[in-house]
Amino acid sequence: MIRWLFLPMLAAMLAIGPALAVGDPADQLPNPAQEERARVIGRELRCMVCQNQSIEDSDADLARDLRRIVREQVAQGKPDDAVLRFVHERYGDFVLLKPPFKPETAILWGMPAIALLGGALLIRGMRRRRVPLAPDELTQAERDRLAQLAGRPRE
Amino acid sequence: MSEAVPNPSQAAWRRRALLLAPLAVAGLGGAGFYAMLRGLGTGDYDPRGVPSALIGKPAPDFTLPPLEGSGLPGLSAADLTAGRPVLVNFFASWCVPCVIEHPQLMRLARDGIAILGIAYKDKPEDSLGFLKRHGTPYARLGVDQPGRVAIDWGLYGVPETYLIDKSGIIRWRMAGPVTEEILAQQVTPLLRRLA
Repeated sequence: MIRWLFLPMLAAMLAIGPALAVGDPADQLPNPAQEERARVIGRELRCMVCQNQSIEDSDADLARDLRRIVREQVAQGKPDDAVLRFVHERYGDFVLLKPPFKPETAILWGMPAIALLGGALLIRGMRRRRVPLAPDELTQAERDRLAQLAGRPRE
Repeated sequence: MSEAVPNPSQAAWRRRALLLAPLAVAGLGGAGFYAMLRGLGTGDYDPRGVPSALIGKPAPDFTLPPLEGSGLPGLSAADLTAGRPVLVNFFASWCVPCVIEHPQLMRLARDGIAILGIAYKDKPEDSLGFLKRHGTPYARLGVDQPGRVAIDWGLYGVPETYLIDKSGIIRWRMAGPVTEEILAQQVTPLLRRLA
């Protein structure tokens, strides 16, 4: 029963999506397609004040300013990558929540593969080693008791 | 296969090692955390210390109006290439760390360093009050009430200070207050080197 409920519930939870900070309707673009584009761009940009939120999720002043700039440029008809480049030029790689792949970020991007490989090697090593422990030898007292229970004469 | 069977003492040792492993992890974590906190205290570690994307690049172009009543001229990009290194300092009257760094700015100004101020998102009368209370280290002062010029500089927040060399290239940035230590260890040597 619960198993039947699980998937729909999971789907419902995933469908909710994040609460966005663009609360002020004055900040939203009147054109819904443009507003959607601005949101997609904004979700790629880190709020430099709170650092682990995108500018769409953050209530910080600076995030609001950047949201406005993104919307202005989208309304002017700038393509997405030009808007991202505008912010990237000013704030560097760190502002991009998806950092570009370059020598400095190779370890960052390679980490999932490194972790996966490391885990696989670890599991392989542990499997090979998982053998039963040799039981301890019976003591003389235990052997006597066993013999007694078995009804055989003592050794 | 039989040679792979660990003898009991080996197994016991392994069990003890497994018990100690979480302790070792916790110990390492604690040591790391301690180092981080100590670094925060001494200023060696700065979680916001991501280098500015503008280091090594010319300062952005801008023109900012003067602060009415301050008697100081406004600020534009042309004022940065004065033939000597200058500091550009973003501040606001509502910013507490700005009060902490202000004595250092006053000292630099007394030593003849050109400090160009930008009042960030501040009411003009509040900026005036701030300067009246704490003194005016600025040779020029621009007002950036909308905070747009600040974004061209890649500003995180206030206070923030940039060092521009003779030719108008940004050489150094401090996101946060310029403390006495930072003044002595970073700003003064750099100013001397770039002079």
